[in-house]
Amino acid sequence: MGHFIDRRLNPKDTSLGNRRRFIRRVRTHIKKAFDQAVRERKIADAERGEDIVVPSDTIAEPTFRQANEGGKRVRVSSGNKSYRTGDKIRKPPPGAGGEGAKSGSDSGEGDDDFLFVLSRDEFLDLFFEDMELPNLVKRSLQQIEVSRPHRAGLSTTGSPANINVGRTMRNALCRRLALRRPSDKEIRALREEIFSLEAVSSPTREQRSQLRKAQKLLEELLRRQKIVSYIDPLDVRYNYFEQKPEPREQAAMFCLMDVSASMGEREKDLAKRFFMLLHLFLRRCYGTVELVFVRHTHNAQEVDEETFFYATATGGTIVSTALSETKRIIEERYPPAHWNIYVAQASDGENYAGDSRKCAVLLSDWLMKYCQYFAYVEIVDEAEAEFLNSEESGVELWREYRHIAEVWPHMAMKRIARAADIYPVFKELFAKKSRDAQIG
Amino acid sequence: MRKLAESTVNADCLFEDAEWSFDSLRRVYDAIDVVARNRLNLNLYSNQIEIISSEQMLDAYSSIGMPLMYRHWSFGKHFIRNERLYRKGAMGLAYEVVINSNPCISYCMEENTMAMQTLVMAHAAFGHNHFFKTNHLFKQWTDAEGILDYLEYARGYIAQCEDRHGVTAVEKLLDSAHALMPNGVYRYRRPRIPSLSDEKKRRQERRRFEEHNASYLWNAVTDKARVVPADAELQQRKRDLHLPEENLLHFLEHYSPVLSPWQREILRIVRNIAQYFYPQKQTRVMNEGCACFVHFYIINALHQNGLLNDGAMLEILHSHTNVLFQPDFDDPRFNGINPYAIGFAMMQDIRRVCENPTDEDRDWFPDTAGCKDWRGVLLDAWANYRDESFIQQYLSPTVIRRFRMFATSNDADDPYYLVTGIHDERGFHHIRETLAQNHDLASLEPYIQIVDVDLLNDRRLKLQYVERDGIPLDEDQKEATLEHLESLWGYDVILEKMPVT
Repeated sequence: MGHFIDRRLNPKDTSLGNRRRFIRRVRTHIKKAFDQAVRERKIADAERGEDIVVPSDTIAEPTFRQANEGGKRVRVSSGNKSYRTGDKIRKPPPGAGGEGAKSGSDSGEGDDDFLFVLSRDEFLDLFFEDMELPNLVKRSLQQIEVSRPHRAGLSTTGSPANINVGRTMRNALCRRLALRRPSDKEIRALREEIFSLEAVSSPTREQRSQLRKAQKLLEELLRRQKIVSYIDPLDVRYNYFEQKPEPREQAAMFCLMDVSASMGEREKDLAKRFFMLLHLFLRRCYGTVELVFVRHTHNAQEVDEETFFYATATGGTIVSTALSETKRIIEERYPPAHWNIYVAQASDGENYAGDSRKCAVLLSDWLMKYCQYFAYVEIVDEAEAEFLNSEESGVELWREYRHIAEVWPHMAMKRIARAADIYPVFKELFAKKSRDAQIG
Repeated sequence: MRKLAESTVNADCLFEDAEWSFDSLRRVYDAIDVVARNRLNLNLYSNQIEIISSEQMLDAYSSIGMPLMYRHWSFGKHFIRNERLYRKGAMGLAYEVVINSNPCISYCMEENTMAMQTLVMAHAAFGHNHFFKTNHLFKQWTDAEGILDYLEYARGYIAQCEDRHGVTAVEKLLDSAHALMPNGVYRYRRPRIPSLSDEKKRRQERRRFEEHNASYLWNAVTDKARVVPADAELQQRKRDLHLPEENLLHFLEHYSPVLSPWQREILRIVRNIAQYFYPQKQTRVMNEGCACFVHFYIINALHQNGLLNDGAMLEILHSHTNVLFQPDFDDPRFNGINPYAIGFAMMQDIRRVCENPTDEDRDWFPDTAGCKDWRGVLLDAWANYRDESFIQQYLSPTVIRRFRMFATSNDADDPYYLVTGIHDERGFHHIRETLAQNHDLASLEPYIQIVDVDLLNDRRLKLQYVERDGIPLDEDQKEATLEHLESLWGYDVILEKMPVT
């Protein structure tokens, strides 16, 4: 007795638990590959998956088994051509590929490194892990952008809830007219006529034939009414909706960074994560996000991402030049009436004596009025972070910025020494966003 | 060809389309069923045929073909590897997976055409099914009735352990247990198979024992009672441990000084699963040969009765020959003797010997040559042999010649391979012997047993590797596996080799 079961609709991804365990197992390798990837990636594609290579020995499954070499073995092979008993066949030199009859490892597993692809979600998970983001924020960042249904004409199929009554009735009317369906009014008139004719007690011959004709006509009309239905499935029209992404505003994100010699690899790496997180956030809120990179030493210039993170430049440090450059670019290309301006600045806090005052003026007189958000991080050593724990203390630039932050609520600043310190910079930004999400 | 031409138009045809449907599956199943029972006298578990998608097939692949497997990272690893190979097109998926259970579950992929489904059903749901039900190894060593329940229990129990003791602890234990899995079977004696309720009872006993041990009072008593036992007592204790012991997992489960009860239970689960698969390892040639013989017979019978059209028949024969392909030794695709090919060829040959024997066959198989009852002979062979003994008994000169077999010996000390026998009069016996030995697990898997435990001193566990023909163990693997063994035993472990030639 045979019994058939259709399992195709069973829940998918039943091996997900095994995959998670595997990923946890090779965590250290993934982490290394991940850090590498963050360093190499462009800010804008934080959201791709990533190829991960794991050395095979870390995930080996050893058992006792016989070695491939050594000892005396006999073996039967097939396809003999010209060998006779007692023949000696020279062994191929050791290490030569294609050993012929003696090749093929019995384990069936190569010794190659193990390669697999980390999905987008898994990648973002790792990205957020360092940052210690609250869950609500993680969720809102991971969400694929929302789309809303938009009207897109009519269709002949759909759910009853979407019936377009007006259009359906109009089609029905057209069809009834074209096929000359008798109306109820016509039939009622004819019935009345028949009734009055039948009421005549002694009808004339003419009246009798008139009655017969009327009865015949009525019969015909009723038949016709029955065949040509009032509403036919053909007439029904449904409203058709298409999912369209919500139109979003555009934003320009300015990345400002001090690239003088005091910024090492660690500092740049932290800065990059800081920029990435802001970019991820902006991608959620705006349809297009343009990135502008401004680097500065004692003078500032706009550069591409590659140069921004990897090229070295020497010189002093004058922060105000970067702010002036930003101002120039905004005036030239991103009129604040049409663009939401976000500025993120990373620096080690050093500045040319007396320049910080100038920065403060530039900010409060101009930039803060036009930008949506200004985030400043000062990247410090972990040791330094210990004794710089007070917000008040700090070098000149920090003190000047603090005054501005007191006046302007959309200015955020923070000292960071670890990746986990980055998130608090954006805390207010994200808090606002999730509040909006809850209300909306 | 004449026969093919005649049957091109036939109203009896079970299906015409390439696409399958549940209706046509059922029609074909019933037709196969008639042939299998009436003309081949197969003895079958009832069938449960499940249609699955390719992703589900990959899933089944990576958890050693079993549904309901417990969770472990290694299954995830296999899934990722198989999926990558499959997506790249480097690897095709099997058309079917069949499980030795009652009812016998076979998976068919939804991508298969109707002709393929026909082949797959005849192969798995009838061929393998009969073999699972009647072969003595499966009957004795596996519990087809209980396996699905047991796996369900195992999965639940391990998940529960993960909750209670942490995923990492369970994973570490499973890693070690998996490393010893091939050494977790009884090769010679067969244990009683406990029922599900027995399993439960034993677990409760263990928990009681654990609570009992937690009491300080009891510890104090054993401390006081410690005296140095005499030599005779020591011998007795060794005897109590049933040494020497080949089933490493069994020994550790019962006598390891460091494991807690839940860990012993997990070792037991792994050991039971290993034991369940052990017969399959010993009967690859026979199992596949039986399934191929059965599908070939059934498909031909259906075609002769006009139930299969020529297109379907050709498609089936195409896959059939692909599976049975045996490359020559100098072909890059050569990877030993193909178990499908040799199994099928030997079984077809048994039929030939019964029906049209030559003089040579009468010499070699006086009992069966010309007896006409090939069904009886095959049913007997399927029931009572395993690969090694089957080849020893039934490999005929005809098959040896057809495969042009030759035996070579490879001594690590010599710079050459020596041809020790070919497909001629003098070589038949030698080749038969050698091929049988090549399929004997005892010579393929290293034989390792526990021989001694120094219970009084450092509790060192002593293992012995029987080194046949000077074939050593793989050194890297050995070290890594010994580490796992040490973590389960808790004390030092040494492995000695005992050369045997």
